[in-house]
Amino acid sequence: MDMALDLVAGIGRATLSLFRVTGAIALFALSGLSHIVRPPFYGRVFWGSFLETGFFSLPVVALTALFSGGVIALQSYTGFAQYHAQSAIAGIVVLAVTRELGPVLAGLMVAGRVGAAMAAQIGTMRVTDQIDALDTLSTNPMKYLVAPRLLAGLVALPLLVLIADVLGVAGGFLVAVVKLDFSATAYITATLNALKTEDVTVGLVKAALFGFLITLMGCYQGYNSKGGAEGVGSATTAAVVAASILLLAFDYLITDLFFSH
Amino acid sequence: MTDAPPKIRIRDLCKSFGSKQVLDGVTFDVAQGTSCVIIGGSGSGKSVLLRCILGLMTPDSGSIEIDGENILTAPASRRDRLRGEIGMLFQNAALFDSLPVWENVTFGLLARKRLSRRDARTQAGEILAQVGLDPSVGDLYPAELSGGMQKRVGLARAIAARPDMLFFDEPTTGLDPIMGAVIDGLIVNCVKTLGSTAIAITHDMASAQRIGDQAAMLYQGRLVWQGSANTLMDSGNPYVDQFTHGRREGPITMELRR
Ligand SMILES: Nc1ncnc2c1ncn2[C@@H]1O[C@H](COP(=O)(O)OP(=O)(O)OP(=O)(O)O)[C@@H](O)[C@H]1O
Ligand SMILES: [Mg+2]
Repeated sequence: MDMALDLVAGIGRATLSLFRVTGAIALFALSGLSHIVRPPFYGRVFWGSFLETGFFSLPVVALTALFSGGVIALQSYTGFAQYHAQSAIAGIVVLAVTRELGPVLAGLMVAGRVGAAMAAQIGTMRVTDQIDALDTLSTNPMKYLVAPRLLAGLVALPLLVLIADVLGVAGGFLVAVVKLDFSATAYITATLNALKTEDVTVGLVKAALFGFLITLMGCYQGYNSKGGAEGVGSATTAAVVAASILLLAFDYLITDLFFSH
Repeated sequence: MTDAPPKIRIRDLCKSFGSKQVLDGVTFDVAQGTSCVIIGGSGSGKSVLLRCILGLMTPDSGSIEIDGENILTAPASRRDRLRGEIGMLFQNAALFDSLPVWENVTFGLLARKRLSRRDARTQAGEILAQVGLDPSVGDLYPAELSGGMQKRVGLARAIAARPDMLFFDEPTTGLDPIMGAVIDGLIVNCVKTLGSTAIAITHDMASAQRIGDQAAMLYQGRLVWQGSANTLMDSGNPYVDQFTHGRREGPITMELRR
């Protein structure tokens, strides 16, 4: 009896705290978004985070895309070898890359790199009173620290994913042509036939959302971290874990919304 | 005193964290153009008091008036503006470690567009000179400075906008005695020449007497003594006497084991 009650109470508490955290994150996101569109704008901070999120993630994202495109080509070859392998493989690669692998893998890579870095940076600023100092220097920390980073995520991820799309397809092409001895022109033709604008656009929409989620979690966890270096450490972990899970969950939702019928 | 309201007027300020009552009815005034020194043991809530006045923490009850206006009930935009009139030196300096020193020093001026970035570099040099730092320090990053230098940069940042009110959280801790005296002189100078109103927290009695017009001692969430700063050493108050003379025996029992 007692145990059952404890269990119910425990579940109730967990549910409540889930709602509370969700609400807090939603408010944080709204506040951040509203600061994106209201001056003053901190172009310098935006540019810094844009470079950090987009440009410096390029090598990681490029390599990931290249290899996964290649792997898809290889895997589908073993499955489809007997049938119209050539056109099928090109189609599978381009579909998998533009719809899923591009946005998701780029998102996860950026979550690991940038989400963590943002949480650590803002978290350190929190525990060393730098955020309070901003407040005393006529600068709104949400506007100065959070808004430019959210915007950078929103803008940088689609660009990254566009590049990832191209390189993912290129990875498939390389494997197909170099290793599987397919004809280059036939592969390219098959790729172009299978390429759909809608796939790419939805992929880019996903990317923008992922960019927002990643930077949001990095900023939120950092902003609310407490308890010195250890607190910053756990904020960093929490940011990456939360961003990755949210990213995959929203990936499912969007896929369901656009592709399931 | 005249009937003009005090610059800062604090009544019955209470603040607790969980079950821990940190401020328990703090009441005091600071008159325009004077400076008040707050002393008190480690963990007695001095920094929390300053944070409440700055609006970085919300007290549980009580009132804080600046120029006769209760800032706790004022709209957020008004509070932001008031906060802009306070220069604050944080206990650990709290310099922005992603920005070079010169940008740290002129951050508030740049934020309020009182200065172009081009002029900021030279202006920073002048302000740094006031706190006894070479202008070339401006190009370094906070991580490249010693603790005492960071403190002085923090001080430079606090005074850069020539604010109406200045709060110093242990301005001379970590400085050598000579530099400590220089900083004290600088603070006094700010109060005298700018007409700023200052609140300073310090553990250094010599410094307290140099900086302060008034002094107050915080103990267990209350001000147990208030008086003129030059009577600190012979206040006749048992708490203050024990504190200023660093005696182990007295009414203050250090809560070492709590
Ligand atoms: N954000 C916070 N959350 C919980 N407790 C806090 C917080 N800030 C301060 N405290 C508690 O309030 C008490 C007073 O802290 P405060 O920093 O004001 O001390 P202080 O008088 O400035 O001490 P010191 O001279 O060592 O700086 C401490 O016991 C501290 O644990
Ligand atoms: Mg303190």
